[in-house]
Amino acid sequence: MIRYAKPRTLDEALALLGEARWRILAGCTDFYPALGNRPLTENVLDINGLDALRGFSETQSHLVIGARTTWSAIVAEPLPAAFDALKQAAREVGSVQIQNVATIAGNLCNASPAADGVPALMALDAEVELASLAGRRLLPLGDFILGNRRTALAPGEMLTAIHVPRASTGGASCFHKLGARRYLVISIAMAAARLAVAADGTIAKAAVAVGACSAVAQRLPALEAALVGLPAGPEVERAVEAADLSDLSPIDDVRASADYRRAAAREIVQRALAGAFPGSATQVAA
Amino acid sequence: MNSQGGHHIAFDVNGAAVSVSAHPVARLSAVLRDELGLTGTKVGCDAGDCGACTVLVDGEPACACLVPAASVEGRSVRTVEGLANGHLSALQASFLEHGAAQCGICTPGFLMAATGLLERNPRPSKAEVNDALGGVLCRCTGYHKIVAAVMDAWRHHHGFDRRLPARGEAVGASAVRLDGVPKVTGAERFGADGFPADAVAVLVVRSPHHSARFSLGDIEAWRSASPGIVAVFTAADIPGQNRFGVIPPFADQPALAERRVRFRGEAVALVAGEPAAVAALDMTDFPVAWSEEPHALLPGDAQRQDAALLHESRPGNLLTSGYVARGDAEAALAGAAHVVSGAYETSYVEHAYIEPEAGFARMDGDTLVISACTQAPHMDRDDTAQVLGLPPEKVRILPAATGGGFGSKIDVSLQPLIGLVALKTGRPAALAYTRSESMASTTKRHPASMTATIGADAEGRVVGMVFDGAFNTGPYASFGPTVANRVPVHASGPYRTPNYRAEGRAIHTNGPIAGAFRGFGVPQATIMQETLYDTLAGKLGMDRLAFRLKNALRDGDETVTGQRLESGVGIAACLDALKPHWQRALADAEAFNATHAKCKRGVGVASCWYGCGNTSIANPSTIKAGVTRDGAVMLHQGAVDIGQGSNTVIAQIFADALGVALAEVTLVGADTALTPDAGKTSASRQTFISGKAAEKAAKVLREAILRFANVSPGATMEFSAGRLAVREGEATRTIDLAHLPADDDGYVFAAEETYDPPTLPLDANGQGKPYAVYGWGAQVAEVEVDMALGTVTPVKITAAHDVGRAINPLLVEGQIEGGIAQGIGMALMEEYVPGRTENLHDYLIPTVGDIPLVESILVEVPDPEGPYGAKGLGEHVLIPTAPAILNAIRHATGVLVTRVPATPSRVLAAIQEGQG
Repeated sequence: MIRYAKPRTLDEALALLGEARWRILAGCTDFYPALGNRPLTENVLDINGLDALRGFSETQSHLVIGARTTWSAIVAEPLPAAFDALKQAAREVGSVQIQNVATIAGNLCNASPAADGVPALMALDAEVELASLAGRRLLPLGDFILGNRRTALAPGEMLTAIHVPRASTGGASCFHKLGARRYLVISIAMAAARLAVAADGTIAKAAVAVGACSAVAQRLPALEAALVGLPAGPEVERAVEAADLSDLSPIDDVRASADYRRAAAREIVQRALAGAFPGSATQVAA
Repeated sequence: MNSQGGHHIAFDVNGAAVSVSAHPVARLSAVLRDELGLTGTKVGCDAGDCGACTVLVDGEPACACLVPAASVEGRSVRTVEGLANGHLSALQASFLEHGAAQCGICTPGFLMAATGLLERNPRPSKAEVNDALGGVLCRCTGYHKIVAAVMDAWRHHHGFDRRLPARGEAVGASAVRLDGVPKVTGAERFGADGFPADAVAVLVVRSPHHSARFSLGDIEAWRSASPGIVAVFTAADIPGQNRFGVIPPFADQPALAERRVRFRGEAVALVAGEPAAVAALDMTDFPVAWSEEPHALLPGDAQRQDAALLHESRPGNLLTSGYVARGDAEAALAGAAHVVSGAYETSYVEHAYIEPEAGFARMDGDTLVISACTQAPHMDRDDTAQVLGLPPEKVRILPAATGGGFGSKIDVSLQPLIGLVALKTGRPAALAYTRSESMASTTKRHPASMTATIGADAEGRVVGMVFDGAFNTGPYASFGPTVANRVPVHASGPYRTPNYRAEGRAIHTNGPIAGAFRGFGVPQATIMQETLYDTLAGKLGMDRLAFRLKNALRDGDETVTGQRLESGVGIAACLDALKPHWQRALADAEAFNATHAKCKRGVGVASCWYGCGNTSIANPSTIKAGVTRDGAVMLHQGAVDIGQGSNTVIAQIFADALGVALAEVTLVGADTALTPDAGKTSASRQTFISGKAAEKAAKVLREAILRFANVSPGATMEFSAGRLAVREGEATRTIDLAHLPADDDGYVFAAEETYDPPTLPLDANGQGKPYAVYGWGAQVAEVEVDMALGTVTPVKITAAHDVGRAINPLLVEGQIEGGIAQGIGMALMEEYVPGRTENLHDYLIPTVGDIPLVESILVEVPDPEGPYGAKGLGEHVLIPTAPAILNAIRHATGVLVTRVPATPSRVLAAIQEGQG
């Protein structure tokens, strides 16, 4: 017998997770397309009754985004400029209809190589909070998503929140999505860049991530290091031109060739960096 | 998944409290439709890809197909049925006045998404409207009229103006479509909207392989072990001839495959049962054993010596070929001052109407009644009757509203399947294809592999052309023969080509069935010809528009089939109309490019011509009309309106020809029991052919009435309850209709007229008169190309189309804008890959954000044959778009992309190759 449960508290949810295997439902925007017209074959744990998992909060060290926070809620929330890339990504998740129900945690747990939220969260050094009856643990996002549709979620665990270290909420950021049409499109490639700029206008800290060009989105640490100390303009462009992107492993598929993705990744990194400099044209309204 | 089951869920729908018993994970869309009967919420994909099911949950738009029933507990849901409150909402009124609803299947989704926006922001900008509507797909309108309707909604708080023209002024009037209101209220009944409560649900077992043999196991044991399953049917159960096809001599497709499947998605068995039982079925243990066989997806592979034959009777897997030859093409090319050659490849294009095939069948006495979406009721009737072994008169096709067709819904799909179940079980049988089932099993646009050579003399006159096209027609004939024949007739473009040889071949493969799709192969061939014309103009050093004008067909010229066109040739008028736009666009591009390095602008132009109706074979339409004793004027209009507007346009022609106001005409919609055969909605034939039949019927009816009244032809008629007032000068004669003898239809005056366009057969060299009327057009495309990413952004399309006479200019614009949107899709993003893109997130069609500014120029060069001079338009509007865009990309980048769609990947590769 297939079970369905809609717990009202996290403890209740974790207790259920401890006793059986469940498919966790939140925004359902990946669940239903995968289900198609077939009957349910898994137990379903509907976490849409867990109101505590929605919204934003702060700790001394982190800004915390609840697992069930929707993309529309992220767009609407006043957040530091470092979150601009995340907001831009939020506006590119499917359509408004999708953004109104799809959750940030669902985007991570679904672990699609083309998940729109991942590069921006990586550029924020985001960590995920995983809870189970055994307790809680934090994992860097890059250690949580293991591959195409694979995560480090252990049996009995659920993702309860995303933690962004305060140290990473400085500077401004920009996201660039490349798709074959304007709306409702799965990315061919995407890039997020966050820059903290020193008083002299040079880059003090850079965080750059590329998505849809490998099984899991990647930070580009060598490029980030090379960017420190550079002013906006040709020197940044040259650094990107020179960057070794061989860690990216794009695939050929119906959306684009691997060669194209490799070339496009470099270009959209340029554009995301240009957009992340203070005073650039890209602005995000709440 | 089944919407029924156990849990009580209480919520508010359109202001009323409801409580349903549903599984908590049932999709809200299913709960609304199946449990609450609110079928205004449409299901187009069940995956959040099309937005047709958009509803407001606590005021926020959501796709009802992605919302679990449990999530609306205690919340407020609004659907399209809640918009009108005694009268149409301002937004609904605005949609009607702007012509924003064509087929209407996406309309509820747009209305709800827009309502969500307008309640926060009553005067939104275009960008805000685009963002709000980006999640809803429309395949008919090209979005412009939808966006305009939303932006203008604030003006429409005082009802709406149907713009019904006065007597004698119907032709040429932009009347609001006569069948529009139900499209904006959610009341329109599409194929999936009227399932009888006692219907069995039908599930189709389909091939997962491109090619396989199969054997069926103990089906009865499986059925009896499956509670609620009423019956399983296979090919062995088919009482008639298990073959159908739109062209009877080529009919080759089994309704249910017999031992062998030839493509992925082919139907092999039907499972019928109680809806809940069918929804819960685990089909993994269905007793079918597959033995996969080698397959060929490409014509090249299918034509190899060792390739298996799709049909034993068709050697070389050649379905058929078409040929047109005139003059001596080789000699002309040898003597030409400039000769250019090229090759072009196109992809499978999916029709992607937002309504997957759906309908139900039921027995009415011994008559099988089928109510499903369709473009061709009488063909459905005949094909279904043949498969089921019934006389045609024992099958009645009562078409549902059709949520887009574009050619694919000419072929039968589910009609013989649900018909078989209803016939065998005696119960109504209902079926709505899933999106992936629709995409896998129904027809596509033919992929083409084309080569051509064109030569011109030193003055820029085209002297000769050779064209060769191989068209991947898939495993069954469908409209493959039409494509093979139509292409050689049209591949010259609307240009004088005195020496010409063209061949088109339809080749069987194990790919999807390729059939009719807006243009029947001509859009593909036009890409080949029009891109080569640019190459040739470049060699000649001529302005590309001037080169086309120099060669454009004129009155008195002969076409490549030797048909002398005495008058009505409008291509030069279209190109002339584009001249100022062309000059302006070239100057804009030059200015833009002077200041932009990474992004380049380009301008392209391309033309079209298209013969309306069947090629050289009979293609009649019959229209019937009558006057009742009540004084109602009834028009039996059987030309299926799939959104293009035949219900309105044919009524406009009829009203003026009869001499009554449009408002006085009552439509009797397509129904094989009530409306005579007005042919299929295809080949841009309805305005011309059915319109002409309507004109003839109106004239005969008018004559009969005036003869009865004993007045002269100039008299006017006025109908009122039971009476007809006939006026001639000062004299008025009143006829008491209520006491006149009536015929079997209840008509006191009646007429039924047929029109069949005068064509002549093509001889062995393709010489003859294939069409009685042609339509003409040309478009200028302006695009921006991102030189680093290869992305192409259309900026503007200026479209000049000669429609002879615009019967309803608003509807003409709607056709132009919609055709251009499909042309943009074909040019830039649409590529169906069997087994890989069977959904609307991997198969991309343009969204509201992908459509440039469109300026329509209606050219009216009357055709002597068409009603009021009108010509067809439906396919013409799509044909020039893709080649104009490809020419614009070349103008911007210097390189021609030789395969469509010109995806960013392909464009960038071409740019890099060009630079390398």
